[in-house]
Amino acid sequence: MNFSLSATDFLTILPELILCGMGMVVLLFDLFGSGRNTANLAWLTLLSLLAAGYADITMMGQNLMGFSGTVTADDFSIAFELIFLSVTALTVLLSTRYVHERGMGYGEYYSLLLFATAGMMLMASSLDMLMIFIGLEILSLSSYILCGMLRRDARSNESALKYFLLGAFATGFLLYGMMLLYGATGTIRLREIAEALRHEEVFVNPIAWMGMGMILVGFGFKIALVPFHMWTPDVYEGAPTTVTAFLSSGPKAASFAALIRILVEGLSPMQEQWSQVLWVLAVITMTLGNVVALQQDNIKRMLAYSSIAHAGYILVAVVVGGAEGLGAVVFYALAYTFMNTGAFGVLILTADRGRERLTFEDFRGFGFVSPALGVAMFIFMLSLAGIPLTGGFAGKFQIFKSAIDQGYIWLTVIGMLNSVVSIYYYLRIVVVMYMQPAGDDSLQEPPRASIPLYTAIALAAAGVIYLGIFPSGWIGISLQSVSLLTAGG
Amino acid sequence: MNVPVEHVLTLSAILFTIGVAGVILRRNAIIVFMNIELMLNSVNLGFIGFAAAMDSMVGVMFVFFILVVAAAEAVIGLAIMVEIFRNKGTLNIDELNLLKW
Repeated sequence: MNFSLSATDFLTILPELILCGMGMVVLLFDLFGSGRNTANLAWLTLLSLLAAGYADITMMGQNLMGFSGTVTADDFSIAFELIFLSVTALTVLLSTRYVHERGMGYGEYYSLLLFATAGMMLMASSLDMLMIFIGLEILSLSSYILCGMLRRDARSNESALKYFLLGAFATGFLLYGMMLLYGATGTIRLREIAEALRHEEVFVNPIAWMGMGMILVGFGFKIALVPFHMWTPDVYEGAPTTVTAFLSSGPKAASFAALIRILVEGLSPMQEQWSQVLWVLAVITMTLGNVVALQQDNIKRMLAYSSIAHAGYILVAVVVGGAEGLGAVVFYALAYTFMNTGAFGVLILTADRGRERLTFEDFRGFGFVSPALGVAMFIFMLSLAGIPLTGGFAGKFQIFKSAIDQGYIWLTVIGMLNSVVSIYYYLRIVVVMYMQPAGDDSLQEPPRASIPLYTAIALAAAGVIYLGIFPSGWIGISLQSVSLLTAGG
Repeated sequence: MNVPVEHVLTLSAILFTIGVAGVILRRNAIIVFMNIELMLNSVNLGFIGFAAAMDSMVGVMFVFFILVVAAAEAVIGLAIMVEIFRNKGTLNIDELNLLKW
Protein backbone atom coordinates (compact mmCIF):
# COMPACT_ATOMS: atom_id res chain seq x y z
CA MET A 1 0.00 0.00 0.00
CA ASN A 2 1.18 3.45 -0.85
CA PHE A 3 0.38 6.15 1.65
CA SER A 4 2.31 9.04 0.18
CA LEU A 5 0.31 12.23 -0.20
CA SER A 6 0.70 14.75 -2.94
CA ALA A 7 -0.33 18.37 -3.31
CA THR A 8 -3.34 17.29 -5.38
CA ASP A 9 -4.74 15.46 -2.38
CA PHE A 10 -4.82 18.63 -0.35
CA LEU A 11 -5.95 20.76 -3.27
CA THR A 12 -9.01 18.51 -3.61
CA ILE A 13 -10.18 19.38 -0.11
CA LEU A 14 -8.82 22.93 -0.14
CA PRO A 15 -12.23 24.60 0.43
CA GLU A 16 -12.91 22.29 3.38
CA LEU A 17 -9.44 22.98 4.78
CA ILE A 18 -9.97 26.73 4.49
CA LEU A 19 -13.25 26.52 6.37
CA CYS A 20 -11.92 24.25 9.13
CA GLY A 21 -8.81 26.38 9.58
CA MET A 22 -10.76 29.61 9.60
CA GLY A 23 -13.25 28.09 12.03
CA MET A 24 -10.42 27.70 14.51
CA VAL A 25 -9.08 31.18 13.72
CA VAL A 26 -12.52 32.62 14.46
CA LEU A 27 -12.56 30.84 17.83
CA LEU A 28 -9.08 32.13 18.73
CA PHE A 29 -9.89 35.60 17.47
CA ASP A 30 -12.89 35.62 19.76
CA LEU A 31 -10.68 34.62 22.66
CA PHE A 32 -7.59 36.78 22.15
CA GLY A 33 -8.27 39.30 19.44
CA SER A 34 -10.07 42.57 19.57
CA GLY A 35 -12.84 40.41 18.20
CA ARG A 36 -15.16 40.51 21.17
CA ASN A 37 -17.15 42.55 18.76
CA THR A 38 -19.66 40.50 16.86
CA ALA A 39 -19.29 42.36 13.58
CA ASN A 40 -15.59 41.58 13.15
CA LEU A 41 -16.19 37.88 13.58
CA ALA A 42 -19.01 37.94 11.07
CA TRP A 43 -16.77 39.66 8.50
CA LEU A 44 -14.00 37.15 9.15
CA THR A 45 -16.48 34.34 8.63
CA LEU A 46 -17.76 35.86 5.41
CA LEU A 47 -14.21 36.31 4.20
CA SER A 48 -13.42 32.63 4.74
CA LEU A 49 -16.62 31.65 2.92
CA LEU A 50 -15.59 33.85 -0.01
CA ALA A 51 -12.10 32.33 -0.02
CA ALA A 52 -13.57 28.82 -0.07
CA GLY A 53 -15.96 29.83 -2.84
CA TYR A 54 -13.08 31.24 -4.87
CA ALA A 55 -11.14 27.99 -4.39
CA ASP A 56 -14.19 26.06 -5.56
CA ILE A 57 -14.68 28.17 -8.67
CA THR A 58 -11.05 27.81 -9.73
CA MET A 59 -11.34 24.03 -9.38
CA MET A 60 -14.44 23.81 -11.52
CA GLY A 61 -14.13 21.44 -14.46
CA GLN A 62 -10.91 19.83 -13.27
CA ASN A 63 -12.54 16.81 -11.58
CA LEU A 64 -9.72 16.35 -9.10
CA MET A 65 -9.47 13.17 -7.06
CA GLY A 66 -7.63 12.96 -3.79
CA PHE A 67 -6.64 10.65 -0.97
CA SER A 68 -6.59 7.53 -3.16
CA GLY A 69 -10.02 8.21 -4.57
CA THR A 70 -11.96 8.75 -1.35
CA VAL A 71 -12.74 12.40 -2.00
CA THR A 72 -13.26 14.21 -5.25
CA ALA A 73 -13.77 17.77 -6.37
CA ASP A 74 -15.87 17.09 -9.43
CA ASP A 75 -18.44 19.52 -10.76
CA PHE A 76 -21.24 17.86 -8.80
CA SER A 77 -19.55 18.48 -5.48
CA ILE A 78 -18.50 21.98 -6.51
CA ALA A 79 -22.05 22.94 -7.52
CA PHE A 80 -23.31 21.73 -4.16
CA GLU A 81 -20.43 23.39 -2.32
CA LEU A 82 -21.37 26.72 -3.88
CA ILE A 83 -24.94 26.16 -2.65
CA PHE A 84 -23.72 25.42 0.89
CA LEU A 85 -21.49 28.49 0.85
CA SER A 86 -24.42 30.68 -0.19
CA VAL A 87 -26.57 29.22 2.58
CA THR A 88 -23.91 29.91 5.18
CA ALA A 89 -23.08 33.37 3.83
CA LEU A 90 -26.74 34.40 3.94
CA THR A 91 -27.06 32.91 7.43
CA VAL A 92 -24.02 34.85 8.66
CA LEU A 93 -25.44 38.11 7.30
CA LEU A 94 -28.79 37.35 8.93
CA SER A 95 -27.16 36.43 12.22
CA THR A 96 -25.21 39.63 12.92
CA ARG A 97 -27.90 41.33 14.96
CA TYR A 98 -29.79 38.27 16.18
CA VAL A 99 -26.73 36.66 17.76
CA HIS A 100 -25.93 39.90 19.54
CA GLU A 101 -29.40 40.52 20.91
CA ARG A 102 -30.05 36.98 22.04
CA GLY A 103 -26.69 36.80 23.81
CA MET A 104 -25.28 33.78 21.98
CA GLY A 105 -21.54 33.20 22.07
CA TYR A 106 -20.23 34.90 18.93
CA GLY A 107 -17.05 32.88 18.51
CA GLU A 108 -18.70 29.50 18.96
CA TYR A 109 -21.62 30.43 16.76
CA TYR A 110 -19.63 31.51 13.72
CA SER A 111 -17.00 28.81 14.00
CA LEU A 112 -19.68 26.12 14.34
CA LEU A 113 -21.32 27.47 11.20
CA LEU A 114 -17.99 27.15 9.41
CA PHE A 115 -17.41 23.61 10.69
CA ALA A 116 -20.94 22.61 9.71
CA THR A 117 -20.32 23.97 6.22
CA ALA A 118 -17.06 22.02 5.97
CA GLY A 119 -19.00 18.89 6.98
CA MET A 120 -21.62 19.49 4.30
CA MET A 121 -18.94 20.00 1.67
CA LEU A 122 -17.24 16.77 2.69
CA MET A 123 -20.55 14.93 2.35
CA ALA A 124 -21.02 16.17 -1.19
CA SER A 125 -17.47 15.35 -2.27
CA SER A 126 -17.03 11.85 -0.79
CA LEU A 127 -16.74 8.71 -2.85
CA ASP A 128 -16.42 6.52 0.19
CA MET A 129 -18.96 5.55 2.86
CA LEU A 130 -16.51 6.35 5.65
CA MET A 131 -15.98 9.90 4.36
CA ILE A 132 -19.72 10.42 3.98
CA PHE A 133 -20.16 9.30 7.58
CA ILE A 134 -17.45 11.65 8.83
CA GLY A 135 -18.82 14.60 6.86
CA LEU A 136 -22.31 13.87 8.13
CA GLU A 137 -21.11 13.75 11.71
CA ILE A 138 -19.10 16.97 11.45
CA LEU A 139 -22.28 18.59 10.18
CA SER A 140 -24.61 16.92 12.69
CA LEU A 141 -22.51 17.52 15.79
CA SER A 142 -22.13 21.20 14.90
CA SER A 143 -25.82 21.60 14.23
CA TYR A 144 -26.88 19.91 17.49
CA ILE A 145 -24.95 22.59 19.34
CA LEU A 146 -26.24 25.37 17.10
CA CYS A 147 -29.82 24.34 17.95
CA GLY A 148 -29.09 24.65 21.64
CA MET A 149 -27.16 27.93 21.41
CA LEU A 150 -29.79 29.80 23.45
CA ARG A 151 -28.68 28.10 26.63
CA ARG A 152 -31.21 29.74 28.94
CA ASP A 153 -34.14 29.15 26.63
CA ALA A 154 -35.94 25.91 27.48
CA ARG A 155 -37.35 25.64 23.96
CA SER A 156 -33.92 25.86 22.41
CA ASN A 157 -32.66 23.18 24.84
CA GLU A 158 -35.54 20.97 23.97
CA SER A 159 -34.97 21.43 20.26
CA ALA A 160 -31.30 20.51 20.68
CA LEU A 161 -32.14 17.38 22.66
CA LYS A 162 -34.73 16.20 20.14
CA TYR A 163 -32.42 16.84 17.24
CA PHE A 164 -29.57 15.12 19.03
CA LEU A 165 -31.47 11.98 20.03
CA LEU A 166 -33.17 11.49 16.67
CA GLY A 167 -30.07 12.46 14.72
CA ALA A 168 -27.95 9.94 16.61
CA PHE A 169 -30.71 7.33 16.22
CA ALA A 170 -30.68 7.92 12.46
CA THR A 171 -26.89 7.67 12.40
CA GLY A 172 -27.25 4.24 14.00
CA PHE A 173 -29.47 3.07 11.11
CA LEU A 174 -27.20 4.62 8.52
CA LEU A 175 -24.12 2.94 9.99
CA TYR A 176 -25.87 -0.40 10.26
CA GLY A 177 -26.75 -0.13 6.59
CA MET A 178 -23.17 0.75 5.70
CA MET A 179 -21.95 -2.20 7.73
CA LEU A 180 -24.28 -4.59 5.88
CA LEU A 181 -23.27 -3.19 2.49
CA TYR A 182 -19.63 -3.59 3.46
CA GLY A 183 -20.34 -7.16 4.47
CA ALA A 184 -22.10 -7.94 1.20
CA THR A 185 -19.65 -6.27 -1.15
CA GLY A 186 -16.39 -6.28 0.82
CA THR A 187 -15.64 -2.61 0.20
CA ILE A 188 -16.67 0.82 1.39
CA ARG A 189 -15.79 2.62 -1.85
CA LEU A 190 -18.98 3.64 -3.62
CA ARG A 191 -17.76 2.82 -7.14
CA GLU A 192 -16.39 -0.55 -6.05
CA ILE A 193 -19.72 -1.30 -4.39
CA ALA A 194 -21.48 -0.65 -7.70
CA GLU A 195 -18.92 -2.89 -9.40
CA ALA A 196 -19.52 -5.68 -6.88
CA LEU A 197 -23.29 -5.40 -7.14
CA ARG A 198 -23.14 -6.10 -10.88
CA HIS A 199 -22.20 -9.68 -10.00
CA GLU A 200 -25.25 -11.86 -9.74
CA GLU A 201 -24.27 -13.59 -6.48
CA VAL A 202 -23.74 -10.28 -4.67
CA PHE A 203 -26.86 -8.74 -6.17
CA VAL A 204 -29.14 -11.46 -4.82
CA ASN A 205 -27.55 -11.37 -1.36
CA PRO A 206 -30.25 -10.30 1.13
CA ILE A 207 -27.60 -8.58 3.27
CA ALA A 208 -27.00 -6.04 0.51
CA TRP A 209 -30.73 -5.33 0.25
CA MET A 210 -31.09 -4.87 3.99
CA GLY A 211 -28.13 -2.54 3.84
CA MET A 212 -29.80 -0.45 1.15
CA GLY A 213 -32.99 -0.30 3.21
CA MET A 214 -31.19 0.79 6.36
CA ILE A 215 -29.29 3.48 4.49
CA LEU A 216 -32.55 4.81 3.08
CA VAL A 217 -34.03 4.90 6.60
CA GLY A 218 -30.98 6.76 7.91
CA PHE A 219 -31.11 9.36 5.17
CA GLY A 220 -34.89 9.51 5.49
CA PHE A 221 -34.39 10.83 9.02
CA LYS A 222 -31.70 13.28 7.94
CA ILE A 223 -33.69 14.69 5.02
CA ALA A 224 -36.94 14.52 7.06
CA LEU A 225 -38.93 12.35 4.70
CA VAL A 226 -42.31 11.22 5.93
CA PRO A 227 -42.60 8.91 7.96
CA PHE A 228 -39.24 9.88 9.50
CA HIS A 229 -40.04 13.59 9.81
CA MET A 230 -41.48 13.83 13.34
CA TRP A 231 -38.53 15.73 14.72
CA THR A 232 -38.45 18.45 12.05
CA PRO A 233 -41.16 20.91 13.14
CA ASP A 234 -40.15 20.73 16.80
CA VAL A 235 -36.48 21.21 16.15
CA TYR A 236 -37.05 23.99 13.64
CA GLU A 237 -39.48 25.80 15.90
CA GLY A 238 -37.33 25.64 19.02
CA ALA A 239 -33.96 26.44 17.48
CA PRO A 240 -32.79 30.06 17.12
CA THR A 241 -34.40 31.40 13.93
CA THR A 242 -31.06 31.98 12.20
CA VAL A 243 -30.14 28.37 12.86
CA THR A 244 -33.51 27.23 11.51
CA ALA A 245 -32.86 29.16 8.32
CA PHE A 246 -29.53 27.40 8.04
CA LEU A 247 -30.79 23.92 8.94
CA SER A 248 -33.76 23.93 6.63
CA SER A 249 -31.71 24.68 3.53
CA GLY A 250 -28.08 23.66 4.05
CA PRO A 251 -28.00 20.25 5.72
CA LYS A 252 -31.01 19.18 3.70
CA ALA A 253 -29.21 19.89 0.43
CA ALA A 254 -26.08 18.19 1.80
CA SER A 255 -28.02 15.05 2.71
CA PHE A 256 -29.50 15.00 -0.78
CA ALA A 257 -26.00 15.32 -2.27
CA ALA A 258 -24.73 12.42 -0.18
CA LEU A 259 -27.85 10.37 -0.90
CA ILE A 260 -27.37 10.90 -4.64
CA ARG A 261 -23.71 9.91 -4.31
CA ILE A 262 -24.65 6.69 -2.53
CA LEU A 263 -27.61 5.80 -4.72
CA VAL A 264 -26.25 6.81 -8.11
CA GLU A 265 -22.57 6.02 -7.65
CA GLY A 266 -22.85 3.12 -5.23
CA LEU A 267 -26.21 1.45 -5.62
CA SER A 268 -26.87 2.10 -9.31
CA PRO A 269 -27.48 -1.62 -10.04
CA MET A 270 -30.41 -1.45 -7.61
CA GLN A 271 -31.91 1.66 -9.17
CA GLU A 272 -35.16 0.01 -10.20
CA GLN A 273 -35.87 -1.01 -6.61
CA TRP A 274 -34.76 2.07 -4.70
CA SER A 275 -36.55 4.37 -7.07
CA GLN A 276 -39.80 2.52 -6.32
CA VAL A 277 -39.28 2.99 -2.58
CA LEU A 278 -38.45 6.66 -3.05
CA TRP A 279 -41.48 7.10 -5.32
CA VAL A 280 -43.76 6.20 -2.43
CA LEU A 281 -41.77 8.29 0.04
CA ALA A 282 -41.85 11.30 -2.30
CA VAL A 283 -45.62 11.12 -2.62
CA ILE A 284 -46.36 10.85 1.10
CA THR A 285 -43.69 13.44 1.97
CA MET A 286 -45.12 16.05 -0.38
CA THR A 287 -48.69 15.36 0.62
CA LEU A 288 -48.26 15.22 4.37
CA GLY A 289 -45.91 18.22 4.43
CA ASN A 290 -48.38 20.37 2.55
CA VAL A 291 -51.52 19.20 4.31
CA VAL A 292 -50.09 19.73 7.79
CA ALA A 293 -48.58 23.07 6.81
CA LEU A 294 -52.11 24.24 6.03
CA GLN A 295 -53.07 24.03 9.69
CA GLN A 296 -50.17 25.93 11.22
CA ASP A 297 -50.54 29.31 12.92
CA ASN A 298 -46.87 29.79 13.62
CA ILE A 299 -44.99 30.88 10.50
CA LYS A 300 -41.76 29.23 11.64
CA ARG A 301 -43.57 25.92 12.06
CA MET A 302 -45.38 26.42 8.77
CA LEU A 303 -42.01 26.90 7.04
CA ALA A 304 -40.78 23.73 8.76
CA TYR A 305 -43.59 21.71 7.21
CA SER A 306 -43.05 23.50 3.93
CA SER A 307 -39.43 22.35 4.03
CA ILE A 308 -40.70 18.77 4.38
CA ALA A 309 -42.91 19.28 1.33
CA HIS A 310 -40.02 20.74 -0.66
CA ALA A 311 -37.87 17.75 0.26
CA GLY A 312 -40.64 15.71 -1.34
CA TYR A 313 -40.40 17.71 -4.59
CA ILE A 314 -36.63 17.28 -4.67
CA LEU A 315 -37.09 13.56 -4.05
CA VAL A 316 -39.28 13.39 -7.17
CA ALA A 317 -36.27 14.55 -9.15
CA VAL A 318 -34.07 11.92 -7.47
CA VAL A 319 -36.58 9.22 -8.41
CA VAL A 320 -36.59 10.41 -12.00
CA GLY A 321 -32.80 10.33 -12.09
CA GLY A 322 -30.73 10.73 -15.23
CA ALA A 323 -29.00 13.96 -16.16
CA GLU A 324 -32.25 15.92 -16.25
CA GLY A 325 -33.58 14.72 -12.92
CA LEU A 326 -30.35 15.08 -10.99
CA GLY A 327 -29.69 18.42 -12.66
CA ALA A 328 -33.10 19.52 -11.40
CA VAL A 329 -32.03 18.55 -7.86
CA VAL A 330 -29.02 20.85 -8.07
CA PHE A 331 -31.12 23.65 -9.56
CA TYR A 332 -33.90 23.33 -7.01
CA ALA A 333 -31.47 23.19 -4.08
CA LEU A 334 -30.12 26.64 -4.95
CA ALA A 335 -33.56 28.12 -5.66
CA TYR A 336 -34.87 26.72 -2.38
CA THR A 337 -31.88 28.14 -0.54
CA PHE A 338 -32.69 31.66 -1.71
CA MET A 339 -36.42 31.56 -1.11
CA ASN A 340 -36.28 29.76 2.21
CA THR A 341 -33.43 31.76 3.73
CA GLY A 342 -35.08 34.93 2.49
CA ALA A 343 -38.39 34.10 4.15
CA PHE A 344 -36.62 33.32 7.41
CA GLY A 345 -34.65 36.55 6.95
CA VAL A 346 -37.84 38.58 7.14
CA LEU A 347 -38.81 36.74 10.33
CA ILE A 348 -35.37 37.45 11.81
CA LEU A 349 -35.51 41.11 10.90
CA THR A 350 -38.86 41.59 12.61
CA ALA A 351 -37.62 39.95 15.82
CA ASP A 352 -37.22 42.92 18.12
CA ARG A 353 -34.82 42.72 21.05
CA GLY A 354 -35.50 39.12 21.78
CA ARG A 355 -39.23 39.23 21.05
CA GLU A 356 -39.92 37.27 17.91
CA ARG A 357 -43.02 37.88 15.82
CA LEU A 358 -43.88 34.51 14.36
CA THR A 359 -47.65 34.18 14.09
CA PHE A 360 -49.83 35.15 11.16
CA GLU A 361 -51.59 37.75 13.36
CA ASP A 362 -48.29 39.56 13.90
CA PHE A 363 -48.06 40.24 10.19
CA ARG A 364 -51.48 41.86 9.74
CA GLY A 365 -51.05 44.96 7.61
CA PHE A 366 -47.30 44.40 7.47
CA GLY A 367 -47.25 45.16 3.74
CA PHE A 368 -48.16 48.78 4.51
CA VAL A 369 -46.12 49.07 7.70
CA SER A 370 -42.95 48.15 5.86
CA PRO A 371 -43.48 48.16 2.07
CA ALA A 372 -39.99 46.96 1.11
CA LEU A 373 -40.04 43.94 3.42
CA GLY A 374 -43.62 43.23 2.46
CA VAL A 375 -42.62 43.01 -1.19
CA ALA A 376 -39.62 40.80 -0.31
CA MET A 377 -41.85 38.43 1.68
CA PHE A 378 -44.32 38.45 -1.20
CA ILE A 379 -41.57 37.38 -3.62
CA PHE A 380 -40.37 34.59 -1.35
CA MET A 381 -43.90 33.26 -0.83
CA LEU A 382 -44.65 33.33 -4.57
CA SER A 383 -41.43 31.46 -5.19
CA LEU A 384 -42.13 28.86 -2.49
CA ALA A 385 -45.57 28.37 -3.99
CA GLY A 386 -44.02 27.95 -7.44
CA ILE A 387 -45.53 30.88 -9.32
CA PRO A 388 -43.87 31.84 -12.65
CA LEU A 389 -41.02 34.32 -12.87
CA THR A 390 -39.55 33.05 -9.62
CA GLY A 391 -36.79 30.55 -8.92
CA GLY A 392 -39.27 28.22 -7.27
CA PHE A 393 -41.26 27.97 -10.48
CA ALA A 394 -38.18 27.37 -12.63
CA GLY A 395 -37.09 24.63 -10.22
CA LYS A 396 -40.46 22.91 -10.14
CA PHE A 397 -40.69 23.19 -13.91
CA GLN A 398 -37.34 21.40 -14.24
CA ILE A 399 -38.42 18.66 -11.85
CA PHE A 400 -41.81 17.99 -13.39
CA LYS A 401 -40.54 18.30 -16.96
CA SER A 402 -37.91 15.64 -16.31
CA ALA A 403 -40.55 13.49 -14.59
CA ILE A 404 -42.87 13.68 -17.59
CA ASP A 405 -40.02 12.98 -20.02
CA GLN A 406 -39.23 9.80 -18.12
CA GLY A 407 -42.86 8.74 -17.98
CA TYR A 408 -43.59 9.42 -14.31
CA ILE A 409 -47.03 10.84 -15.08
CA TRP A 410 -48.69 10.02 -11.75
CA LEU A 411 -45.80 11.43 -9.77
CA THR A 412 -46.10 14.65 -11.76
CA VAL A 413 -49.84 14.88 -11.25
CA ILE A 414 -49.52 14.35 -7.50
CA GLY A 415 -46.70 16.88 -7.33
CA MET A 416 -48.70 19.49 -9.25
CA LEU A 417 -51.75 18.97 -7.01
CA ASN A 418 -49.50 19.44 -4.01
CA SER A 419 -48.16 22.67 -5.45
CA VAL A 420 -51.70 23.92 -5.78
CA VAL A 421 -52.48 23.03 -2.16
CA SER A 422 -49.35 24.80 -1.00
CA ILE A 423 -50.43 28.07 -2.67
CA TYR A 424 -53.11 28.40 0.00
CA TYR A 425 -50.81 28.63 2.98
CA TYR A 426 -48.06 30.61 1.29
CA LEU A 427 -50.48 33.20 0.02
CA ARG A 428 -52.16 33.31 3.41
CA ILE A 429 -49.23 35.41 4.61
CA VAL A 430 -49.68 37.71 1.61
CA VAL A 431 -53.39 38.06 2.32
CA VAL A 432 -52.70 38.82 5.97
CA MET A 433 -50.01 41.34 5.04
CA TYR A 434 -52.00 43.30 2.47
CA MET A 435 -55.70 42.73 3.08
CA GLN A 436 -56.06 42.91 6.83
CA PRO A 437 -55.63 46.07 8.92
CA ALA A 438 -52.84 46.20 11.46
CA GLY A 439 -54.19 45.27 14.89
CA ASP A 440 -53.09 46.25 18.38
CA ASP A 441 -50.84 43.27 18.77
CA SER A 442 -49.44 43.13 15.25
CA LEU A 443 -46.27 44.82 14.08
CA GLN A 444 -46.90 48.57 14.26
CA GLU A 445 -43.75 50.11 12.89
CA PRO A 446 -41.10 48.96 10.42
CA PRO A 447 -38.37 46.87 12.02
CA ARG A 448 -35.15 48.66 12.95
CA ALA A 449 -32.90 48.88 9.95
CA SER A 450 -29.85 46.68 9.81
CA ILE A 451 -27.61 46.83 6.75
CA PRO A 452 -26.37 43.20 6.83
CA LEU A 453 -29.91 41.87 7.24
CA TYR A 454 -31.30 44.02 4.44
CA THR A 455 -28.36 42.96 2.27
CA ALA A 456 -29.09 39.29 2.90
CA ILE A 457 -32.79 39.68 2.14
CA ALA A 458 -32.06 41.71 -0.98
CA LEU A 459 -29.52 39.14 -2.17
CA ALA A 460 -31.98 36.33 -1.58
CA ALA A 461 -34.75 38.19 -3.41
CA ALA A 462 -32.38 38.97 -6.29
CA GLY A 463 -31.37 35.32 -6.41
CA VAL A 464 -34.99 34.17 -6.54
CA ILE A 465 -35.83 36.57 -9.35
CA TYR A 466 -32.63 35.92 -11.27
CA LEU A 467 -33.21 32.16 -11.18
CA GLY A 468 -36.81 32.76 -12.20
CA ILE A 469 -36.15 35.04 -15.18
CA PHE A 470 -32.75 33.81 -16.37
CA PRO A 471 -32.66 30.19 -15.24
CA SER A 472 -30.50 29.01 -18.13
CA GLY A 473 -27.14 29.90 -16.56
CA TRP A 474 -27.61 27.79 -13.46
CA ILE A 475 -29.43 25.08 -15.45
CA GLY A 476 -26.33 24.77 -17.60
CA ILE A 477 -24.08 24.46 -14.57
CA SER A 478 -26.36 21.96 -12.86
CA LEU A 479 -26.67 19.78 -15.97
CA GLN A 480 -22.93 19.85 -16.47
CA SER A 481 -22.36 19.02 -12.81
CA VAL A 482 -24.26 15.75 -13.02
CA SER A 483 -22.91 14.69 -16.40
CA LEU A 484 -20.12 12.60 -14.88
CA LEU A 485 -22.49 10.91 -12.43
CA THR A 486 -24.90 9.79 -15.09
CA ALA A 487 -22.33 8.96 -17.78
CA GLY A 488 -20.61 6.36 -15.59
CA GLY A 489 -23.73 4.65 -14.25
CA MET B 1 -10.71 -21.08 16.77
CA ASN B 2 -12.86 -18.98 14.51
CA VAL B 3 -16.29 -17.68 15.37
CA PRO B 4 -18.48 -18.01 12.25
CA VAL B 5 -19.55 -14.68 10.83
CA GLU B 6 -23.21 -15.71 11.06
CA HIS B 7 -22.97 -15.85 14.84
CA VAL B 8 -21.35 -12.43 15.04
CA LEU B 9 -24.02 -10.99 12.78
CA THR B 10 -26.82 -12.54 14.80
CA LEU B 11 -25.45 -11.07 18.01
CA SER B 12 -25.02 -7.73 16.27
CA ALA B 13 -28.62 -7.82 15.01
CA ILE B 14 -29.91 -8.73 18.49
CA LEU B 15 -27.98 -5.86 20.09
CA PHE B 16 -29.20 -3.45 17.42
CA THR B 17 -32.81 -4.51 17.99
CA ILE B 18 -32.45 -4.11 21.75
CA GLY B 19 -31.03 -0.64 21.12
CA VAL B 20 -33.89 0.39 18.82
CA ALA B 21 -36.49 -0.98 21.23
CA GLY B 22 -34.83 0.89 24.09
CA VAL B 23 -34.83 4.18 22.20
CA ILE B 24 -38.52 3.80 21.47
CA LEU B 25 -39.63 2.53 24.88
CA ARG B 26 -37.48 4.27 27.49
CA ARG B 27 -38.36 7.76 28.70
CA ASN B 28 -35.17 8.98 30.33
CA ALA B 29 -32.97 10.87 27.88
CA ILE B 30 -29.76 9.36 29.26
CA ILE B 31 -31.09 5.80 28.96
CA VAL B 32 -32.26 6.58 25.42
CA PHE B 33 -28.77 7.79 24.64
CA MET B 34 -27.26 4.62 26.15
CA ASN B 35 -29.45 2.61 23.79
CA ILE B 36 -28.19 4.64 20.85
CA GLU B 37 -24.64 3.82 21.94
CA LEU B 38 -25.68 0.17 22.01
CA MET B 39 -26.85 0.49 18.40
CA LEU B 40 -23.50 1.99 17.40
CA ASN B 41 -21.63 -0.77 19.18
CA SER B 42 -23.68 -3.43 17.43
CA VAL B 43 -22.52 -1.82 14.18
CA ASN B 44 -18.92 -2.02 15.41
CA LEU B 45 -19.35 -5.69 16.19
CA GLY B 46 -20.72 -6.33 12.71
CA PHE B 47 -17.87 -4.48 11.05
CA ILE B 48 -15.30 -6.46 13.01
CA GLY B 49 -17.07 -9.72 12.24
CA PHE B 50 -17.11 -9.03 8.51
CA ALA B 51 -13.53 -7.74 8.54
CA ALA B 52 -12.34 -10.92 10.24
CA ALA B 53 -14.32 -13.13 7.87
CA MET B 54 -13.07 -11.33 4.77
CA ASP B 55 -9.60 -10.70 6.12
CA SER B 56 -9.89 -7.03 5.21
CA MET B 57 -8.69 -4.16 7.38
CA VAL B 58 -11.22 -1.63 6.09
CA GLY B 59 -13.93 -2.72 8.48
CA VAL B 60 -11.60 -2.49 11.46
CA MET B 61 -10.58 1.01 10.41
CA PHE B 62 -14.22 2.04 10.15
CA VAL B 63 -14.73 0.92 13.75
CA PHE B 64 -12.08 3.32 15.01
CA PHE B 65 -13.87 6.22 13.36
CA ILE B 66 -17.20 5.15 14.80
CA LEU B 67 -15.66 4.97 18.28
CA VAL B 68 -14.22 8.47 18.01
CA VAL B 69 -17.43 9.95 16.63
CA ALA B 70 -19.48 8.21 19.32
CA ALA B 71 -17.23 9.75 21.97
CA ALA B 72 -17.67 13.21 20.46
CA GLU B 73 -21.40 12.63 20.27
CA ALA B 74 -21.50 11.65 23.95
CA VAL B 75 -19.74 14.89 24.90
CA ILE B 76 -22.26 17.01 23.03
CA GLY B 77 -25.28 14.98 24.07
CA LEU B 78 -24.42 15.04 27.75
CA ALA B 79 -23.71 18.79 27.58
CA ILE B 80 -27.17 19.35 26.11
CA MET B 81 -28.70 17.18 28.85
CA VAL B 82 -26.88 19.13 31.58
CA GLU B 83 -28.34 22.36 30.22
CA ILE B 84 -31.83 20.86 30.14
CA PHE B 85 -31.51 19.56 33.67
CA ARG B 86 -30.44 23.00 34.86
CA ASN B 87 -33.39 24.69 33.21
CA LYS B 88 -36.12 22.15 33.85
CA GLY B 89 -34.88 19.77 36.54
CA THR B 90 -35.90 16.68 34.58
CA LEU B 91 -34.64 14.49 31.78
CA ASN B 92 -37.89 12.66 31.20
CA ILE B 93 -38.67 13.16 27.53
CA ASP B 94 -42.41 13.06 28.20
CA GLU B 95 -42.07 16.18 30.34
CA LEU B 96 -40.13 18.05 27.66
CA ASN B 97 -43.26 19.17 25.91
CA LEU B 98 -42.91 22.87 25.19
CA LEU B 99 -42.83 21.90 21.55
CA LYS B 100 -45.45 19.41 20.54
CA TRP B 101 -43.91 16.21 19.17
